[in-house]
Amino acid sequence: MAYSDKVLDHYENPRNVGKMDAEDDTVGTGMVGAPACGDVMRLQIKVGDDGVIQDAKFKTYGCGSAIASSSLLTEWVKGRTLDEAASIKNTEIAEELALPPVKIHCSVLAEDAIKAAVKDFREKHSA
Amino acid sequence: MNSPIYFDYAATTPVDPRVAQKMSDCLLAEGNFGNSASRSHKFGWEAEEAIEIARRQAADLIGADPREIVWTSGATESDNLAIKGIAHFYQSRGKHIITSKIEHKAVLDSCRQLEREGFEVTYLEPDSAGIISPEVVSETIREDTILVSLMHVNNEIGVITDIGAIGEICRAKKVFFHVDAAQSVGKVDIDVTAMKIDLLSACAHKIYGPKGIGILYVSRKPRVRLEAQMHGGGHERGMRSGTLATHQIVGMGEAFRIAKAEMHAENIRIMALKQRLWDGLSDMEEVFINGSPDQRVPGNLNVSFNFVEGESLIMSLNDLAVSSGSACTSASLEPSYVLRALGLNDEMAHSSLRFSIGRFTTEENVDFAIGKIRAAVEKLRELSPLWDMYKDGVDLNSIEWAAH
Repeated sequence: MAYSDKVLDHYENPRNVGKMDAEDDTVGTGMVGAPACGDVMRLQIKVGDDGVIQDAKFKTYGCGSAIASSSLLTEWVKGRTLDEAASIKNTEIAEELALPPVKIHCSVLAEDAIKAAVKDFREKHSA
Repeated sequence: MNSPIYFDYAATTPVDPRVAQKMSDCLLAEGNFGNSASRSHKFGWEAEEAIEIARRQAADLIGADPREIVWTSGATESDNLAIKGIAHFYQSRGKHIITSKIEHKAVLDSCRQLEREGFEVTYLEPDSAGIISPEVVSETIREDTILVSLMHVNNEIGVITDIGAIGEICRAKKVFFHVDAAQSVGKVDIDVTAMKIDLLSACAHKIYGPKGIGILYVSRKPRVRLEAQMHGGGHERGMRSGTLATHQIVGMGEAFRIAKAEMHAENIRIMALKQRLWDGLSDMEEVFINGSPDQRVPGNLNVSFNFVEGESLIMSLNDLAVSSGSACTSASLEPSYVLRALGLNDEMAHSSLRFSIGRFTTEENVDFAIGKIRAAVEKLRELSPLWDMYKDGVDLNSIEWAAH
């Protein structure tokens, strides 16, 4: 299967790979997927007092499209508010990366990951 | 070095130059282009003679009589002809068939078709090393069993079945025994008489012959009869009609002749290359061979790199042509049914690669591959949250994953 240039670029040079302290109050963590299904994404965001995402890190176990989807997402969420980040649609990711139909689920997973990270952050601060 | 380097000899092989030469002699007007069924002129006689030489070469490699060889389009057709042909011809004796869960789709799908027609099929489970034991076959044979169909060597894991012992059991219980030998001819010694095999499928393209040609060995003693699947001019003892493809057949004959002459020396060389490849990988953490390490063909190495997903690994290894046990590239997300049948969990099956080594693989190729594989696995583990968790001592089985 041929990969788009953008998928290859993110795959070859993934942005923002890494891990943040999940216990940190300023960090929200979303982990989605399952090893049995062949992809697991962990997306973490660091949120400032103003509710804007200052930094994002990811690690992904999965195919090239899954890695590219999460890498792209970390670029997109930086500088956005939590609401803005949580409203990113998988279709935008799929379109940007020119994912073929069999890989759409990778972009869905990325959307789930950012929503889960935002939810985790908000739950930490709702108590 | 040409890139990518070919490590997929279990999928297919390039044609040996000696084979290509023989084939090209059977195409042009000045060559041996005739129809072997033409009885009235030299063109037909010469084609027939070339085909009969090839038939003997094919028979010689498996210890058969040339009259027991039926030319087909390949192992898939041979499997279909053997399984459906026996089932349809002998259905008055019984309608039970035994095969295994790790067979090639040509066997499994033929059996599925027979199930739709009212036959009953038992799919045997291999043990965790991928071996189907003769005892299990023996216990499964019933009064109404008419056929046992098992592969000699598994295409994904390269594990060798004890065909001789199973042949003994089937013969004693008067059940026909079909062997899919697509992955074993020219790699493992076969003697259809000593192994008491009634039917055997093989093809040319796995051992440096052309694609599109295969054989079905059909025993004459004891006599095995088949219902033909392809009707026409009554070629091949009526079992498979159609004008014989002289160039393909001659190519297969030459490939089989070379295999018989060279396989033992070649196996030693290929085994050493496989060992070199494994030695270059086995000191990495969480790397496992799938299938029996000993009872397998020399050229096959099926490895799981835990915490790395197979498709992304292949993407990183774009300098190598290898095959993945992960079916992520297809629309279904199901990993290899063969690896699942060995009891591997989904993630280990998703993390597997099959390297298959062959006639034109060199030490230099292997060393190059080792370097590429190690770098790719290290890179992807750096990216893998599962590797992180493993390193932090988290038991992945303790986590409730949201399957999707």
